[in-house]
Amino acid sequence: MKLRDLAHSRTGDKGNTSNISVIAYRAEDYALLEATVTVERVRQHLGALVQGEVVRYALPGLGALNFVLTRALGGGVTRSLALDAHGKCLSSAILDLDI
Amino acid sequence: MKRVRLGTGAGYSGDRIEPAVELAEAGDIRYLVFECLAERTIALAQLAKRRDPSAGFDPLLVDRMAAVLPACRRNGISIITNMGAANPHAAGAAVAAVARFLGLGPMRIAVVTGDDVTGVIRARRDLVLEETGAPVSGLSDSLVSANAYLGADPIVRALKAGADVVITGRVADPSLFLAPLIHEFGWAADDWSLIGKGTLVGHLMECAGQVSGGYFADPGYKDVPNLARLGFPIAEVGADGAATITKVAGSGGLISAATCREQLLYEVHDPARYLTPDVTADFSGVTITELGHDRVRVAGAQGDAWPDSLKVSLGYSDGYIGEGQISYAGPGALARARLARDIVAERLRIIGLPLREVRLDLIGVDAIHGPELSATAPEPYEVRLRVAGRTHTLKEAERIGNEVEGLYTNGPAGGGGATKTAKEVIAVQSTLIPRDLVTPQVHLMEVTP
Repeated sequence: MKLRDLAHSRTGDKGNTSNISVIAYRAEDYALLEATVTVERVRQHLGALVQGEVVRYALPGLGALNFVLTRALGGGVTRSLALDAHGKCLSSAILDLDI
Repeated sequence: MKRVRLGTGAGYSGDRIEPAVELAEAGDIRYLVFECLAERTIALAQLAKRRDPSAGFDPLLVDRMAAVLPACRRNGISIITNMGAANPHAAGAAVAAVARFLGLGPMRIAVVTGDDVTGVIRARRDLVLEETGAPVSGLSDSLVSANAYLGADPIVRALKAGADVVITGRVADPSLFLAPLIHEFGWAADDWSLIGKGTLVGHLMECAGQVSGGYFADPGYKDVPNLARLGFPIAEVGADGAATITKVAGSGGLISAATCREQLLYEVHDPARYLTPDVTADFSGVTITELGHDRVRVAGAQGDAWPDSLKVSLGYSDGYIGEGQISYAGPGALARARLARDIVAERLRIIGLPLREVRLDLIGVDAIHGPELSATAPEPYEVRLRVAGRTHTLKEAERIGNEVEGLYTNGPAGGGGATKTAKEVIAVQSTLIPRDLVTPQVHLMEVTP
């Protein structure tokens, strides 16, 4: 099963830092997300896209995880050479994780 | 219990205008807030102002005001916006001109200034860039703009002074929405719990359609009706800071617990420490409850004392970016696009272009997430080569696009649709300054009938 079957996601950007939310559709799936969508898996999945740290914040009350990725946006939206300078498509990359 | 209804009229500079008109006409709102300043907008506006002292505010300001002011005046709706960008005074004058032209006076316009701290930044030698730790003074000649994020206070003062329209430059996005709540309910500026709750409302509302079904649809997984007529959000807020997020009945879009959760975490790092000039907000205990169709209740935000420093966005010239693109389609498209990529890479070496940074991507294959995540994807029918590089001069930047365009007659078969661009880069980094170095000011302008 893909993460996309259990959760939805949105990416935000501030400077060269990206944040990616992972939000369970159903509250009962949150525990599985917390157990399987770890910092290590996210780092491994995104590989070279993240040059800095990956930090995870857990929000059980909202059934959500929030990943913060530093040095992940090619210097930031205002100077990046990337086609998706905001990194907005990162949410879709996360949802491709196998669960 | 008294409740205040706020609407969002825009979530970015180029946003749709009709949803704002819909809110002004049928939203039963008291305040209409337009958030139109992205990170870099104010630096670009500063450059525009250097060329023309009457420019430097949002290019759609006049169109937006002409569209919404008649209904706002009729329905007693006050407008709050950061569309003043680098020139709030000129923006105020432009709004006054619109009001006079449409015969909408008398009206009071407040202009908020004080966010421009270029002088402070140039005078201080001890500041460092948040991103790299390097000294800010290193930017020296390349510095274009320095704007501190102001909080809600000057907007509250403007509303107390009876302003019908409040125009600011750089203000923290949630503060634009928090200010009318402070004004209406008389919240104390250091009642951190209430300020945290009002900041949550602002945070949910600041991107307009992003909480009401925009940027959410994923067919088959998350379906959203009628995005071509997306309704912008309304927050109905009580004196205790709890709010209901809703929209005009019959408008497109969707407001659900899921849309609110996505927006709650948008551009948030530590949800328990969301820093604004007004508060250190804590969203970790927020509850989100669906009350009915397109009605969601949000409550439970908390807050702690505001940060001692204010964030300052620094715009600076950062060289040039040149870019070229060309497409390949049909059988063998991917192999021809890869050949084209190799040719351009070699050409850039042969001509000895001094590139600070370069990337060569295949759009449709690996341009967004790189070669690893796309490795197992099937071969696409069409592929577009994109070459982008950073240079010191415009002339050098132009040569990148030329090398891609040159593939027409010098590259693989069947290349089409070549485009090229070269532009100056105004980049943004940030620093922190003590808040007592920033003095927000409110200037009132009267529009007579």
